[in-house]
Amino acid sequence: MDRYRTQQIGFAVMSLSAIVVVAPIMIVIGIVLVEGARAISWGFIFSMPYEGMKEGGIFPAIVGTLILTVGTAVAAIPVGVAGTVYLAEYAGDTWITRAIRLAIVNLAGIPSIVYGLFGLGMFVLFLHMGTSILAGVLTLAIMTLPVIMSTSEEALRAVPMEFRTVSASLGGTRWQAVRYIVLPQALPGIITGIILGILRAAGETAPILFTVAAFYLPRLPQTPFDQVMALPYHLYVISTQVPAMPIRVQYGTALVLLFIVLSMNVAATALRSYFRRRRQW
Amino acid sequence: MVEPKIVVDGVNYFYGSFQSLCNITMEVPPRSVTVFFGPAGGGKSTLLRLINRLNDMVENTRMTGRVLLDGQNIYDPGANVPNLRRRVGMVFALPLPLPGTVRENVTYGLKLAGCRDRGRMEETLVRSLTQAALWDEVKDRLDNPANSLSGGQQQRLCIARSLALEPEVLLLDEPTSGLDPISTRKVEESLNYLKKLYTIIIVPHSVQQAARVADQAAFMLMGDLIEFRPSAEIFTTPADSRTEGYITGRFG
Repeated sequence: MDRYRTQQIGFAVMSLSAIVVVAPIMIVIGIVLVEGARAISWGFIFSMPYEGMKEGGIFPAIVGTLILTVGTAVAAIPVGVAGTVYLAEYAGDTWITRAIRLAIVNLAGIPSIVYGLFGLGMFVLFLHMGTSILAGVLTLAIMTLPVIMSTSEEALRAVPMEFRTVSASLGGTRWQAVRYIVLPQALPGIITGIILGILRAAGETAPILFTVAAFYLPRLPQTPFDQVMALPYHLYVISTQVPAMPIRVQYGTALVLLFIVLSMNVAATALRSYFRRRRQW
Repeated sequence: MVEPKIVVDGVNYFYGSFQSLCNITMEVPPRSVTVFFGPAGGGKSTLLRLINRLNDMVENTRMTGRVLLDGQNIYDPGANVPNLRRRVGMVFALPLPLPGTVRENVTYGLKLAGCRDRGRMEETLVRSLTQAALWDEVKDRLDNPANSLSGGQQQRLCIARSLALEPEVLLLDEPTSGLDPISTRKVEESLNYLKKLYTIIIVPHSVQQAARVADQAAFMLMGDLIEFRPSAEIFTTPADSRTEGYITGRFG
């Protein structure tokens, strides 16, 4: 077989693989879009559910998901980034830091239900937070931290060592090198980690199942110790737990969740490419 | 006899169990060009980096002995290392511009020192780029990215960046190894001018360069200082046969 033929077959196989990967995603999004669009209305998005959630809107679940997502970002980003800077730039290479790194990489991969159970034991019961926004946010933050930390550490280590040496040779402290050179250079990579982590938190059901999610709560939360409804859990509930639920409500809910997650993704990607353009070398 | 600017006093240096410098003792006079030369692996760069404590950043190393700058041991436990590095500047073998513009590169050291005075920064920018023989080439491109300059220009930018801090000592580690002959000549010419102001120590990238720029030269071999004498003597009538062998090209 000649080389040209081999190349053609190779390209065909790769194109086919790409289609196999992309097609199901497009089909799922397409169906959710078409079916969900019929449910979407002003009232669906901005009103409370009633009649056992069969009628009315999903406003409390939307608000709940937004609160949980923003809360997770507020709790996880500062700790995650600061912890990573310490690990990558200050901590030496000892067996303790190696064990911590190994733990971070492994924690990024464990199933989310495990975080849910940990949150139940730690925050809801042991720390007496009850089933509350606070407990849910902290559980989601704990789940998000390893993702933020492992990708951020990669980004920090990708900044050439020479920049730190040059900065030191000009009388800079370690912190000044981090502040003026390393962090700005690593920022696009760190933002990628944050996007991945926070989006996972926004779409997860298991971690909020025992820690914050309300089955049916047609009002908005007043304090961090209230429960909230959340879109992923709501979707689970109306798909499996409520008999005779109209299918368009299910698709409508899925579409709203999809829209929130995708638009956050787009916003974060735009932010990342903005910082990437500003970076010069 | 003028007071020496730098005194290296009985320095031994180890990377792990490997001894990189063996009992080095020397006195470097001020406002002149001192050259450390010899074959690769002789400890030249290590000795150079000891003078502004850049070796601190390498793990698993050990040092004994003292290095005095104006009579003060820079390895005293209470020594202010960032301050030392402002007094003892360093230029590396490869041009290493930092991310950012030409202007940001030159004024970076001042920013680190806490200077926020626009006027002083502007003054420093012009002075140090002029001293590094780069001003005419970049005066219209001060806000371009530093890595848009040619390799030779980048290296002179790095020299300007060190000069911005008006260091008392300037260390150069094979500063022209990546440069073409014309850029090399420009750098050497600026050294000739700069030695009137600063104490310069350079690891040259060839014996010829050593002979061209040196006022005094130290020949280093496998961690030992073989001889350290005025350049008029060491390059014409070396005292040690190993120095002579290296200069005449029999080894190295």
